[in-house]
Amino acid sequence: MSANLVALAYLIASVFFILALKGLSSPLTARRGNLFGMVGMAIAVVTTLTVTKNWVLILGCITVGGVIGAAVARRVEMTAMPELVAFMHSLVGLAAVFIAIAAVNNPVSFGLPAVLPMGSKLELFLGTFIGAMTWSGSVIAFLKLSGRMSGAPITFSGQHTVNLILAILMVGFGLWFFFSETTNWTAFAGMAAIAFVLGFLIIIPIGGADMPVVISMLNSYSGWAAAGIGFSLGNPMLIIAGSLVGSSGAILSYIMCKAMNRPFLSVILGGFGSEGGTAAADDGIQKTYRSGSADDAAFLLGNADSVIIVPGYGLAVARAQHSVKELAEKLHAKGVNVRFAIHPVAGRMPGHMNVLLAEAEIPYEQVLEMDEINSDFSNTDVVLVLGANDVVNPAANVPGSPIYGMPILDAYKARTVMVVKRSMAAGYAGLDNDLFYMDKTMMVFGDAKKVVEGMVKAL
Amino acid sequence: MIGEVDPTIINLTVFVLAIFVGYHVVWNVTPALHTPLMSVTNAISGIILVGAMLAAGPVESDWGVWLGAVAVTLAAINVFGGFLVTQRMLEMFRKKDKKGSA
Repeated sequence: MSANLVALAYLIASVFFILALKGLSSPLTARRGNLFGMVGMAIAVVTTLTVTKNWVLILGCITVGGVIGAAVARRVEMTAMPELVAFMHSLVGLAAVFIAIAAVNNPVSFGLPAVLPMGSKLELFLGTFIGAMTWSGSVIAFLKLSGRMSGAPITFSGQHTVNLILAILMVGFGLWFFFSETTNWTAFAGMAAIAFVLGFLIIIPIGGADMPVVISMLNSYSGWAAAGIGFSLGNPMLIIAGSLVGSSGAILSYIMCKAMNRPFLSVILGGFGSEGGTAAADDGIQKTYRSGSADDAAFLLGNADSVIIVPGYGLAVARAQHSVKELAEKLHAKGVNVRFAIHPVAGRMPGHMNVLLAEAEIPYEQVLEMDEINSDFSNTDVVLVLGANDVVNPAANVPGSPIYGMPILDAYKARTVMVVKRSMAAGYAGLDNDLFYMDKTMMVFGDAKKVVEGMVKAL
Repeated sequence: MIGEVDPTIINLTVFVLAIFVGYHVVWNVTPALHTPLMSVTNAISGIILVGAMLAAGPVESDWGVWLGAVAVTLAAINVFGGFLVTQRMLEMFRKKDKKGSA
């Protein structure tokens, strides 16, 4: 194929990628959007094959990767989506680094001059360090999300100074790489190694509940890494696809930060809620709460006219989505109006709760976003909070509270509140939740799934 | 005149415009589909596969080919895994659309 035809085919593929994202504006068009994405990718791959050699090797590797990818996609549990996404970000990062190394080694095969010009070196530098940071950051995010590593923030004194020094060193190696007349592998390797370390260091101080931001940010990085490689190779399709992904991740990070009322920088610098995990009796007064059994809760639910269920990360951990669906159906059969209220940062990634409820086949129209349902809490009989904490903490309305200003679901306005939780431990923010001590609140202790199953039985 | 422009500038033009397109398209994505959005963008960032293929199939082969081959495999996991898991998730959302008038 001539270079012009290749470029035109790449343009068509780029348009398909834009249509893929556009499709997601509604669940009705989303599947078609995904199909557009696949078509775009197929066009891109077939077109590229016409300009490469080693077909057997390439097609073999695509087959191996494809089989692994398909197997993972088929088997992964919906509760494990955040880990899967983090894992896949890491692959993009690592691939970007490998491609950059190959390009530095053999520029001619990428259509670059044999002696790399300054511009190409800068682009390769960007692609490599974003890719390396995406890889190591995503590995840490994956370990934290899958529970292989504690989700608690890891902080040490001078952390930010260390990061800053490393960043400066990395740029130093980068400059050395630019100004070397021949290919300076020492400078390149030094720069890449520091970028890997930086990726680790930047993610370890960020705690579990900030993961929706981290994972969106890494999503963004993986896009920028692809765009960076696009710059290095002078390939507009990679730039377009990478920028789409990059801006998508950036917007998601913004939405998540907004939903926590925290500046992006504060999330990224980490360490939030590091002293959490204990019920902090800050005012020294022993507060009392009421607790009840699943049977008691079922009785209240069965006699209500309207119920709003607020799911949180606890629901995902307990894999309680199917039991919740049964509960909702039982209540529906009794004529109770059951709806679900989703806070934007509920769970460990954007839209996490929606996917879990969708998996359990809970009808779409019963699942509402915070803005759609918040005004309805005040005339709701029972709110059932399932493994959520900070997102329903009325402390967000108290000036001076660490979470002051965070938009919350107004569960405290309902006539009766029931909270299913494993213990009285504080939420991620390390804050006590006054909602638990209100007169109209009943705590039901236990694993979300077991408690909900108990309720279903009692109904 | 355009012939004299450095390719990097042209790439930059594409880059900036693509960010604007991405910005406008993504704000229209319904929050309920944010997880599928992440998985499909994951698949799309697998476009890096194209770069990996160039690395794996150069005109003159050397050790860089093997790096390219690994990169092709990694990117292919992303492409297939990303699109297929998105499809699986979207199927779940579809089941409910039949019942209601969403």
